Amino acid sequence: MKKLTQRIDKERLLLGIAAPLLAVVAALVVTALVILATGKNPGDAFSDMVTYGFASDSQVYILNKATTYYLAGVAVAIGFRMNLFNIGVDGQYRLAAFIAAVLGGALTAPGWIAIPLIILCAMATGALWAAIAGILKVTRGVSEVISTIMLNSIATAIIAYLLQPGKLGQLDQAGTLVSTKPLPASSYFFSFDTGPAGVLWGFVVVAVLVGIAYWFVLGRTRFGFDLRTVGQSESAASASGVSVKKMVATSMIISGAVAGLIGMPTLLNDSHQFSNDFPAGIGFTGIAIALLGRNNPIGIALGALLWGFLERTTNHLEFQGYDKEILGVIQGVIVLCVVIAYEVVRRYGLKRQQQKVGAELAAQAAAATKKQEVA
Amino acid sequence: MRRVAKLSAACIATAALAVTATACGSTSSDNESSSPSSSGGGKGVKIGLAFDVGGRGDRSFNDSAARGADKAKKEFGGEIKELTAKTSDTEADREQRLSDLAEAGYNPIIGVGYAYAASMGKVAAKYPKTNFGIVDSVVDAKNVDSITFTEEQGSYLAGVAAALKSKTKHVGFIGGVDVPLIKKFEAGYVQGVKDTNPKIKVDTQYLSHGSDTSGFASPDKGKEAAAGMLDNGADVIYSAAGSSGNGAIEAVNGKKGAWAIGVDSDQYSIPGLAKYKNSILTSMVKNVDLGVYDFVKSVHGGKPLTGTNSYSLSKDGVSLSTSGGFIDDIQGKLDAAKKKIVDGSVKVKTTP
Repeated sequence: MKKLTQRIDKERLLLGIAAPLLAVVAALVVTALVILATGKNPGDAFSDMVTYGFASDSQVYILNKATTYYLAGVAVAIGFRMNLFNIGVDGQYRLAAFIAAVLGGALTAPGWIAIPLIILCAMATGALWAAIAGILKVTRGVSEVISTIMLNSIATAIIAYLLQPGKLGQLDQAGTLVSTKPLPASSYFFSFDTGPAGVLWGFVVVAVLVGIAYWFVLGRTRFGFDLRTVGQSESAASASGVSVKKMVATSMIISGAVAGLIGMPTLLNDSHQFSNDFPAGIGFTGIAIALLGRNNPIGIALGALLWGFLERTTNHLEFQGYDKEILGVIQGVIVLCVVIAYEVVRRYGLKRQQQKVGAELAAQAAAATKKQEVA
Repeated sequence: MRRVAKLSAACIATAALAVTATACGSTSSDNESSSPSSSGGGKGVKIGLAFDVGGRGDRSFNDSAARGADKAKKEFGGEIKELTAKTSDTEADREQRLSDLAEAGYNPIIGVGYAYAASMGKVAAKYPKTNFGIVDSVVDAKNVDSITFTEEQGSYLAGVAAALKSKTKHVGFIGGVDVPLIKKFEAGYVQGVKDTNPKIKVDTQYLSHGSDTSGFASPDKGKEAAAGMLDNGADVIYSAAGSSGNGAIEAVNGKKGAWAIGVDSDQYSIPGLAKYKNSILTSMVKNVDLGVYDFVKSVHGGKPLTGTNSYSLSKDGVSLSTSGGFIDDIQGKLDAAKKKIVDGSVKVKTTP
């Protein structure tokens, strides 16, 4: 019996890996065809991507990008595990980063007080913003998809209103860029200087910690068990004494709090201020990455790294004379393929399981008749 | 099944090891320096152009920069390498774009748009022998030419023209996004109108706000906003809104006696707008091409421009176009207003 469970686990693992692998391979084939159609050699493109993408400065770039993407993926995945579609990660992180940047610019406290305060402020802002959607859902039954999309627009408007010279913003020297007051140098997050390869953001450590916490809370605590139960079947969960409403609101808030962290690597390690060119749209990237990583903490990390790798290398492909739209094609095809591949693999797994159970039953039946014959 | 799993795991592990072993340690520039990067280093200039979102073909801002580079290429020979920004860009992407150009030996390198300001500061420090130029912003470095324009002065003249041409004593301004750059247009325009006739009413509307830059690329929003202003009684509408302005011009064209004022390029002579050109009073032209060309020329001549070079009204950095001849009758008054700005007796505000 022990052997049997071991075998099933391994098979599940293999099936789990098969789906994203299938998706990436299919995406590569489609991309190759697209590059061929533009009259260029896909082989050269791929080999350039590999040599350029694995150079040490590219690795630093990819890790930095992946830090942000990983946090976005986890924020979305928390909702996904609950069957909640938190489209609002985008608005949550932008508003959180903005408020945190304002606070950080105003603080004069030493770094060891200021940095945790800035991070906590961002998490609280993200959580509060997400809580609006959570509360609307549990009290009035408003679909979180609709409410979070609308909250994204409202967040954009709030930031635009407050980020103006004379309010919370200030103009740069040329009068073209408006930003919050820059953080004092003491509030910069630590980073690893890797010499010619560039500077690796220290926030990667926080991202790893968030990943571990995500795995632990969801997989090893009662709260995580309840959350997953609600995600799989609300009626079963409430029958077993879990308050569904409370779980919906709580998971939305946690998702928002993690979303609040998304802007932090950029703010604390890179830009040190929130300006009107602060990266936008990462919340949506997070959805793709959570899908790609199957909501699994390691899977999301691989997805985030892949995304960073693709951005780095396709930027360089543009330099080599390929079309810059290749990036969009690869990413789009990967997401499509992932959805299809998961379904294909799921059906295959189901069929295999049924066959196996059928074979076992048949064997039992055969054994039973044999016994009868003997008797 | 188990064997397959083991086998594939082994394959993946070896592949990963091989990849990291070969690649770690060397940076991309090390990899690249082995390939001949300075192949075109014979004669002429190797211009690196980093466009803002939209790139070549936007009929407006980026195209104007491209014209300047094209002219320089025609005159001095050489080549142009163009890279274009994406909306999802972060600082690191812009840095990479500029570094890639510098690494490949392009000189000068021009960042089109203020978004490149911070990244150019970093990359310019890394490549002190390369000359950089930035449009619409200021970068404080020895090897950077900051090319800025006094949009408010040109817009002031547009305001004067609007005030003189308005019969209903009511004019409008449509801004793409409420960013500081576009507010310069608004400030100059409103001041120009009020200085000419303080009784004229000015309606102001922005199509989108903050980081939502859709207002620069939504002709439908421009059309709607212009239609609203026309219904309110405005009869001259100035739009500084990228391609959204095309929609505004279309709406103005539908009303008899109303005028539109174009922006950035001479929109009267843009083929895509030929249908409506008889409604385009004039355009506030921002000669980005002039700034780009001057910079490339200075690098070619061995004396690269540095510091802040402001292309003002007096240097013809901004001007009102005269195609169509609709403002010929008021040219005298416009010239008088221009003279006042140039000699300093009128100071145009940069914020509304």
